[in-house]
Amino acid sequence: MLLLQQLINGLMLGGLYVMVAVAFTLIIGMLNFLNFTIPALFMFAAMMMWATMTGNLPFGNDFLFAIFGEHNIWIAGAIVSIVSICLVSLIIERFTYRYMKAKYGDATEHALPLVSSLGFLIIFEHLVIGQWGSDPLQIESPFGDATFTIGTLIFSYPQVISLALSLAIVFLLSHVIRHTKLGRALRSIAERPDTATLMGVDVLRIVPVVYVITGLLCAISGILFTINYTSIDAYIGDTVATVAIAGMVLGGLGNVWGAVVGGLFVGILEVFSIYIVGADFVKVPIWGLLLLILVFKPTGLFGHTAIGKGKF
Amino acid sequence: MSGYIEAQLIILCLSVIYAYAIFLPAASGQLNLGAAGFITLGAYTSGWLNASDGLGLPMALGIVLSMLFVGAIGFAISLPILRTRGVYMVLATFAFAEVVSGIAINMEFLGGAAGMPVDAHAPVEIVVAVAIAVVLFCFYFMSTRLGLALRSIHDDESVALLFGVNVRTARVVAFTVGGMLAGLGGAIYGHHYNYVEAQTFNVLLSIYILLYVLLGGTQTAWGPLVGAAFFTVLPEIFRQLAISMGSDWLADSRFIFFGMFIVLMMVVRPEGVVTRTMQDRCAGYLSGRRARAAAAGE
Repeated sequence: MLLLQQLINGLMLGGLYVMVAVAFTLIIGMLNFLNFTIPALFMFAAMMMWATMTGNLPFGNDFLFAIFGEHNIWIAGAIVSIVSICLVSLIIERFTYRYMKAKYGDATEHALPLVSSLGFLIIFEHLVIGQWGSDPLQIESPFGDATFTIGTLIFSYPQVISLALSLAIVFLLSHVIRHTKLGRALRSIAERPDTATLMGVDVLRIVPVVYVITGLLCAISGILFTINYTSIDAYIGDTVATVAIAGMVLGGLGNVWGAVVGGLFVGILEVFSIYIVGADFVKVPIWGLLLLILVFKPTGLFGHTAIGKGKF
Repeated sequence: MSGYIEAQLIILCLSVIYAYAIFLPAASGQLNLGAAGFITLGAYTSGWLNASDGLGLPMALGIVLSMLFVGAIGFAISLPILRTRGVYMVLATFAFAEVVSGIAINMEFLGGAAGMPVDAHAPVEIVVAVAIAVVLFCFYFMSTRLGLALRSIHDDESVALLFGVNVRTARVVAFTVGGMLAGLGGAIYGHHYNYVEAQTFNVLLSIYILLYVLLGGTQTAWGPLVGAAFFTVLPEIFRQLAISMGSDWLADSRFIFFGMFIVLMMVVRPEGVVTRTMQDRCAGYLSGRRARAAAAGE
């Protein structure tokens, strides 16, 4: 029973990793680079949620509290966080994808968007540290200890809701990619941006959509993380994103449902490693597994061979 | 030399060593995001070889042996890792660094999460001397036939292969020697600060080192030197200026400007600060001036 409870905890944690892993996999699959702004977006969303709920925003606190009141302030937090992340994603798009044109086509030049995204990671982490410091910050969960039990297994409402929400979002996303006009445009860009332009896809208008979608995924996952675990700090994005990257690689780069399976799996693996061998040892199984997969089966469980080859 | 300047000089020297370690693979077009892993290995190995409850070897011998050890590990993992390319290689080296730091934290005889004290002390002169030696070695390395091969692979792998360059060997050598240099940097770090803690060699360190190299430029051996110097010295000068202006906020926000600079740099000069064209132009200007001076002297 205790093991089953751990399995459930792992699934709940995995649900949060799933959204971040899907964000990574979307950018790699569509635009072919590893986007290091995702940890920054996740952390920024969590921080905005915390700041709104505890009245620590630089401005507008009284206004939000007057409208939403003490009890519903978490709704304000979610709105503030989602809106700010969408704006930030659009700014980031300007400076990463727009300028990834290679001048000479030599080997390290493709790393350009990767380096810009690292620059953004540094900017956001230090903005947040400058504003609110680097110590762990706490919120009070707006839902208290809302749990229900089945047999002897304990489920917490926010966690179950967040797992369901993350699966629903991924389902919606995969529907959009497969069956809509936008999805077809996205898939054509993934295949070859130049040809997509020739075929009448407005690449410079579609790419910001990809950025906003990944931003939304990070924002929702950051908000849910804050509500569920109630303790965050300025480096939370790095911690979560590194594990999510492992999940993404496990599922195969560029494959949305692969990222779902991988994200859930690393969530469970993390909880079990903590339960069996202790928290310090978590890194070794996760990253050892990842290294082996990258070397022996780089396409992961469900990936395509074409993605990420020779490009960054 | 005041303590403050000495501390900054040490940071600069270590950054330069680390940067050249990542530069060698990058010169052949491979991005290594695992610098922290090699540094951890070097620091712990040389510390343990030197420690009285370890082997108790003299410091210099310990550093050399730890370099060889890290080089051997680098060679061993270069064979599988070089099968991966592009984003997979970035991820694989990153995973390697995480595995190393995970193992180092869990080794009880290495002090575990509390870190390990290192006995012998390397004074500032040794650190500077090693950094200069590394720089000279890398300039020499890039001027050899192998360095030329690395340059050709960096510019176009297929053409290099067509012209008979042994791409695989060149890459393995670059990766291994780079690993050795990172190990050397780690060993020097441990012996200078007399303390090693796996948590200080984290993902951010790997990221910063890769940024030094890519922003400095991977085309010439000047790149990492300029990149590391630029990004360790400039923020410090900025901080001093901000403090003298009495603005703590500006002093604390230097990393925000650093990040903005990186983003803008990728927009206006994506190939890095120092490029081959720039080097040629400078050389041309200097030789032109010499010619003019000679002409004026006649």
